[in-house]
Amino acid sequence: MKNADPQGREPLALARRLVEQLEAGDGEAAQQTIDVLARIRETELFRELGVLTRELHKALKSLQVDSRLCEIADDIPDARARLSHVIELTERAAHRTLTAIESGLPLADDLSHRARVLAERWQKFLRRELCVEEFRNLSREVDEFFASAQRHGSQLQACLADALMAQDYQDRTGQIIRRVIALVQDVEDGLVKLVRISGQHATRQTERTTERDMERDRRGHGPPIPGQGDDVVHGQDEVDDLLSSLGF
Amino acid sequence: MALDKHMKILVVDDFSTMRRIIRNLLRELGFENISEADDGNTALPALRRGGFDLLITDWNMPGMTGLELLEGVRSDPELAMLPVLMVTAEAKREQIIAAAQAGVNGYIVKPFTASTLKEKLQKIFERISAGSGSPS
Repeated sequence: MKNADPQGREPLALARRLVEQLEAGDGEAAQQTIDVLARIRETELFRELGVLTRELHKALKSLQVDSRLCEIADDIPDARARLSHVIELTERAAHRTLTAIESGLPLADDLSHRARVLAERWQKFLRRELCVEEFRNLSREVDEFFASAQRHGSQLQACLADALMAQDYQDRTGQIIRRVIALVQDVEDGLVKLVRISGQHATRQTERTTERDMERDRRGHGPPIPGQGDDVVHGQDEVDDLLSSLGF
Repeated sequence: MALDKHMKILVVDDFSTMRRIIRNLLRELGFENISEADDGNTALPALRRGGFDLLITDWNMPGMTGLELLEGVRSDPELAMLPVLMVTAEAKREQIIAAAQAGVNGYIVKPFTASTLKEKLQKIFERISAGSGSPS
């Protein structure tokens, strides 16, 4: 009987041969055939182990690439602090502007009110309807008006200058927000990579979305941003149209 | 028609700047009797203490939302008839319809103008004096 095929590509043929050899009582040949079969098994095992090792190596390497994710995790509390600072800055600026306006408005009101009263009497004077005593009073009040117009004018100027300066927040908040946008971009990229490594596809969950949408509607979405869909109104006119179309 | 300048108004918004803006606009329209609250949880007890003639509320607030506040007002027999004006950035059609169904008397979407506020206030009180309190 011939010896086993040294390449060992046919385990079934080898097994049949082994049975024949054992039946024939040829122990030595049977032992050789068993060795060949064992070698085939080992080669297969090593090959699979090799594939697994390569995959593990690749995964570890990609995880190293994504050590940026760890940095991002460190950056997130920082981003939170930055955004809170944006709220603070914008709130402070809004209050500063409102204070400037609230202190300026009465000055403007007072000026226009007194100008109107004086103008009426000035017209009377032009129509020669004022006596000397009345004219003397008028000229004294006009004098006072000029003085307070100057005073109010410079106070108003100061208010407006303050309202102007209060707008300087935009520069700083803009920079802060831009950095946070960059961070959000990094997080997105990192998460996409992670999903890819873990070999899972992001599956859209369509179930229960209507229920979730309704709950979100109730909680509120916050201000819409440009480019949002048709289910959002653009301005008061559309609100009014919608409500009147529904008979409200 | 002339609005009652002495009416007591509660302005509810979580942002103090927006409350301040609305207060200034109302003062410009001649209203001086204005109180503030920062969400539904503080507004509802204030309303229940009584005396308010108008509620102006935001929608999106951290504690109790404006919609929940509106529902709370409508389900309270003492407050059910209180006129409610919503001033909010919430702009989804479904939301506006939901607010109308919950019984809001007016809906203003931010950003808004002084004249819009005036117009809606007038409309609310015109309708109320005409005997129907539905919104516009």
